[in-house]
Amino acid sequence: MPNPLYRKHIISIPDFSRAEMELVVETAARLKAKPRADLLQDRLIATCFFEPSTRTRLSFETAVQRLGGTVIGFSDAASTSTKKGETLADTVRIISSYTDAIVMRHPKEGAARVASEFSAVPIINGGDGANQHPSQTLLDLFTLHETQGRLDNLTVAFVGDLKYGRTVHSLAQALSLFGAKFYFVGPEALAMPDYLCEELDERGISYTIASTIEEVIPHIDILYMTRVQRERFDEAEYQKIKGQFVLRADMLRHARPNMKILHPLPRVDEIATDVDATPHAYYFEQAKNGVYARQALLSLVLNETV
Amino acid sequence: MSEKVYARNVEALKNGTVIDHIPAGLGLRILDLFELTSYGERVTVGLNLSSGHMGNKDLIKVENLVLTEGQANELALLAPKCTVSVIENFEVVRKQKLAIPAEVTDLFACPNSNCVSHVEPVQSHFSVRVTEHDTKMKCKYCEKVFSKDIVVAVR
Repeated sequence: MPNPLYRKHIISIPDFSRAEMELVVETAARLKAKPRADLLQDRLIATCFFEPSTRTRLSFETAVQRLGGTVIGFSDAASTSTKKGETLADTVRIISSYTDAIVMRHPKEGAARVASEFSAVPIINGGDGANQHPSQTLLDLFTLHETQGRLDNLTVAFVGDLKYGRTVHSLAQALSLFGAKFYFVGPEALAMPDYLCEELDERGISYTIASTIEEVIPHIDILYMTRVQRERFDEAEYQKIKGQFVLRADMLRHARPNMKILHPLPRVDEIATDVDATPHAYYFEQAKNGVYARQALLSLVLNETV
Repeated sequence: MSEKVYARNVEALKNGTVIDHIPAGLGLRILDLFELTSYGERVTVGLNLSSGHMGNKDLIKVENLVLTEGQANELALLAPKCTVSVIENFEVVRKQKLAIPAEVTDLFACPNSNCVSHVEPVQSHFSVRVTEHDTKMKCKYCEKVFSKDIVVAVR
């Protein structure tokens, strides 16, 4: 029987079952331990980036090439017929007739879902506006599993922009299938959206709203930091909250030994550089894991068995 | 104006549908959304009619047309308390039940201006979920969740 992700579109985390997420995590771990240069042999993957994203694009392209596949694509919609007014539906129809899968990022929310309705080959969402970025969540899950040895019953604190941070939303949704416990730490204006809290309530997931990073540190397995964007606030307000959600090495004294700090990157000043040298810092390894998680996704989507 | 007086002003219907107890101001929107004038049948609309228990109301009569179950359910999203009567030979033969639908396609635009559904050749689509305090609608494309009142207010 083919694996459950074979020839599936990868659009959104709520589309995934618990078993499918575990499959990606296991496959990523296997590919990290024992690289395979044959899984995408003779496969051609399009990376269509209608808005620029250096890290995601390079990570996907690295994943394809490390698996023996080749890549075509573009890194900016300015050089495509989108500029001439072509619909995404038409663009995708054409590109899907050339390639074995399409990895895409697009500034409009829902773009990947639309693409999946017009594509003859699997679409892999590399980010659609403020909506979803499933490969980020899968690499986060892989990193959680790698550092904690399990996905079940983890205690995770999310810090920073909980309102607009799609990585936070998707990871919280994913972990809610694994009985997680959450702490939410951030400015009131950037609190977790109501609909997500309701979703967690319905699944019986416990979460606590905390006002400082220090108070949650002794209780958690994972500290998931995000950037509070300056443009979300007026200058006076930003100055007031700016220092409040910054992590420094001296705040980690009471952390559990297994506690790891993650961040989707890029970081600006929310994690002081003195944290980088602590045994808790794991964000650079997390970024590296992006390649393995994406290798796992591409391999599973394009091979009946891996 | 009493019920009796307006009843005389709006012609009796031999066969068709009467949508009554529409909150005042929604009548034209319902006419437009359900394209009730597109069937070529006679449509009579009453606006700001006085109604004992709801103050003002709107009313629509369409000849020779019965709403599908799907349409009646979609109507429940806009005006859950309106009544839909099927008329045969000047008599009300049945009241259509309005039940909030689980999904609604191609009726409302997504309130999210950055949703791709506004610019691509696709039909809008929402899944509907009734919660304790509210009815929520989730766009299939941008996956944003809105309170029903926000979605139905989008023109």
